Amino acid sequence: MNRILGFFDQIFVSAKAWLLALLGRFLPDWVVVLASIVISGVVILVMGAVIMMYLTLLERKLLGRIQNRYGPNRVGKWGLLQPIADGIKMFTKEDIIPANADKIIHLLAPIVIVVPAFMIFLVVPFGRGMTAANLNIGLLYFIAVSSVTTLPIFMGSWASRNKYSLLGGMRTAAQMISYEVPMTLSVVPVIMMSQSLSTNEIVLAQSGCSGLHWFIFTPWGLAGFIVFFLCATAECNRPPFDLPEAESELVAGFHTEYSGMKFALFYMAEYMNAFTLCGIAATLFLGGWQGPFLPSWAWFFGKTFILICVMIWFRGTFPRFRVDQLMGFAWKFLLPLTLINILVAALWHFLPPVWAWLWSALILVISFFILVKLNINFVPEKRVYTLES
Amino acid sequence: METIPFSKNTDTAEMLEINFGPQHPSTHGVFRMAVQLEGEKICGLKPVFGYLHRNHEQIAENLPYAAVMPYTDRLDYVNALTNNFGYALAVEKLAGLEVPERAEYIRVIMAELARIVNHIAVIGFMLNDLGAFFTPLLYAFRERERILDIFEGVTGSRLMNNFFRFGGVKHDLTEADLAEIKKIIARFPAFLKEFEDLLTKNEILCMRCQNVGILSAGDAINAGITGPVLRASGVNYDIRKVDGYSIYNRFDFQVPLGKKGDVYDRYYVRILEIRQSLKILEQALAKIPQGEIMNKKALPYLKMPRNFKPPVGEAYGRIESPKGELGFYVVSDGTPQPWRYHVRAPSLINLTALEEMCLGQKVADAIVILGSIDIVLGETDR
Repeated sequence: MNRILGFFDQIFVSAKAWLLALLGRFLPDWVVVLASIVISGVVILVMGAVIMMYLTLLERKLLGRIQNRYGPNRVGKWGLLQPIADGIKMFTKEDIIPANADKIIHLLAPIVIVVPAFMIFLVVPFGRGMTAANLNIGLLYFIAVSSVTTLPIFMGSWASRNKYSLLGGMRTAAQMISYEVPMTLSVVPVIMMSQSLSTNEIVLAQSGCSGLHWFIFTPWGLAGFIVFFLCATAECNRPPFDLPEAESELVAGFHTEYSGMKFALFYMAEYMNAFTLCGIAATLFLGGWQGPFLPSWAWFFGKTFILICVMIWFRGTFPRFRVDQLMGFAWKFLLPLTLINILVAALWHFLPPVWAWLWSALILVISFFILVKLNINFVPEKRVYTLES
Repeated sequence: METIPFSKNTDTAEMLEINFGPQHPSTHGVFRMAVQLEGEKICGLKPVFGYLHRNHEQIAENLPYAAVMPYTDRLDYVNALTNNFGYALAVEKLAGLEVPERAEYIRVIMAELARIVNHIAVIGFMLNDLGAFFTPLLYAFRERERILDIFEGVTGSRLMNNFFRFGGVKHDLTEADLAEIKKIIARFPAFLKEFEDLLTKNEILCMRCQNVGILSAGDAINAGITGPVLRASGVNYDIRKVDGYSIYNRFDFQVPLGKKGDVYDRYYVRILEIRQSLKILEQALAKIPQGEIMNKKALPYLKMPRNFKPPVGEAYGRIESPKGELGFYVVSDGTPQPWRYHVRAPSLINLTALEEMCLGQKVADAIVILGSIDIVLGETDR
C-alpha cells in the first residue's frame, strides 16, 4: 500500500529523473543540467497556459451554476474544448492600437504582465520534491515578484491614452500597493513559526499529525489566512475588489483599449495570478501538499482548487466596493490586524501550549472586535417604510 | 464629439472631463453623461441624449390612430403593455369610448404583470451596476421569463405586445392563462423573499446605496419627477390613486413611501410596489367577470382603422407606468390621423434631476444613481 502511494506520490519526480538518466548516458553532464532546467521550464510554461485556459472554463461553468444557467456546453463534451475555441478566436481578432497611444509601451505592457505570473510558479511547491527551484528565500521572492504586477497594469493603462484606462490604472496603483502591505505582513507569523523563507521548509514545518498539522488550525494561522486570502483576491483584481476593471463603471478599466491576443495575455496573467496566489495560500496556511492517503500533488491541487472555487463564489455573489471603502478596509482594518497577529504569533512561540491557545485566541478576538468597532463609520440603517392608501 | 459647456469654472487643470457613453455598458442604451471629475469625485455632469431619436411623434401624426399602437410598444420596450394602456386611455377619452368590464380587468392584470416585470428587471440591472456580476439579474430574469411566457401566450409576443385596442383588448384571457397567472402569483412571494434575503440586508449593498444620490421631496416635485423615484423621496403621488383611471379605484392597495430619497429607498420602494401589484393581481383574478372584451361600437374599426375619426377636440390620457407618469396628449381635427400627438415620457423628465443627485458623489455612485432612476432610452429619445 505504502509503496503504491509512494510511487504515485513521486511519479512526476521519478519521470524526470528517469529522463535525465537516459540523457546522461549519451550526453555530458552540463547538458543534463541544462536539460533539467529546460524540462522544468517547459512544464511550467505549458502548465501555466493550460491552467489559465481551464480556469476560465471552470469559472464560467461555476458562475453559470450560481446564476442558474449552464455555462458553456457546446464545444466538445461538457464544453471542454471551449478554452481552445476562445484561444483561436483571440488569435484571429484584429489587434487594435489607438492612434494616440504610446505604441511601444502599449505593446510591452501585456508581455511584461505575463512574466511575473510565470515567475511565481518557480517557487510553488506542487508536491513532495516538486518545487521547480527550491530557493531558500522563496517567500521573499514570491512577494517581490508578485508586486511587479502593478507596473505593467499601470503601463498599459497609461499608454492607452484612454480616460477609462487612466482611471482604472490609478485605482490599480492605489489598490494593489495598499493590499501588498497587509499581505506581506500576514505572512510574517508563518515565517516566524517555520523559521524559514523557503516554501518547501514551510510545508515541512506543517507535517505533524500525519500531515494535518496545518497552520490554519491555530488562531494566528486562521487570522493570517483570512487576511492573506482577502489580500490575494484584491491583488489579482477579482470581485469584490475588481475596481481596476469595474465593468459597469470603467467599461474594462485598464485593458479597455486592448484587443485580440494582448487582451488575452492580460487575462492569462490574471488567472495565473489567481492560481498561484491560491497555491501559495494553500502552501502557507493549509499545509501545502501535506495530507494523508492521497499523493502529495493531489492534495496541493485539491486545496488550490477549493480556494479558487471560493474566489469564483465571491465573484458570483458580491457587489463591488467603492474606492474609499476599499482603501479604508486595507489600511484601517487589515493592517492593524496583521500587526497584532505578529504579536500573537510571538506569544504563541514562548508560552506553553494551553496558555498559548488561550492567550492568542483571546487577544485576536478582542482586537478583532475593537477594530470592527473602530472601523464602523457606517451602520446599515434599519428603515421603516410607510404604506399609505 | 463636441464638448458640452459646463456651468462651473473649467479652468482648473486637475479636472478630467470624461464621457460616459454613448457606448458604455452601464448607461442602459445610447445615453451619454458628460462628467467632470476631480480625482474620482464628480464636479459636473450633463446628461446628453437624442442618439435614439426616431421621430416617434411625427410618425404618429401621419398614421391612423390604431396604427400608432404598435409604435407605442417601442417607447419603453421593457413594458410595452403599459404604454399601450396610456395611449388607449387617451384616444378613448377623445372618442368617448367605453370599455367593457372584462376588458378593464384584463388591462389591469396585464399592466400589473408588466409593472412586476419592469421592477424586477430594474432592480437586477441596478445591482449589476453595483458590480454584482449578473447573479441578481439572472435570478430576476428567471421569474421574468415566466411572466413573459404568459405575455407570449396571450398576446403572441414577448416584448412588443401591441395588445390594447380602443374600446377593449385584442385577445381574451383563457381559463388556462388565468390559472397560470395565479400560479405565478402564488410562487412570487417566495422568490421575493429569496431576493430580499440575498440583497436587502447585504452590508455592501447598504454601504453603496444608503445616503447616496439623495433627492429631497421638494427638488423632486420641482423637477416634475414621478413614479417610484418620487415616492422614494416621500411624496404620496400615485396616479392609480390620484386619478383612479380604468378600474383601479376598485382595488385595495397601498402606496409605499420612502423617507430619504436615496438609492436604497428607490430600490426598496420598488420591491414593496411589487408586493402591492401582487395584491392588486390577486383581487383582479378573484373578481374578473365573464363578458365581452371589445366595445361593440369599436368593433368595425378593427377591420377598417381609417374609418375611426374621433370628434374634433383634445385629450390627455395618463397612467402610472412603472417609471412614472406616462401621458399621451392627442389632438384631433376630425381626420383619421391625430393632428398633434405628444408623449410625456417619465424617463426623460426623471433624468432632469440626475445632475443634482450626482454632484459631489464618486464615479461609481453616478452609475448606480442612473440605474436607480430607471430610464429606457427608447422612451427618453423617442
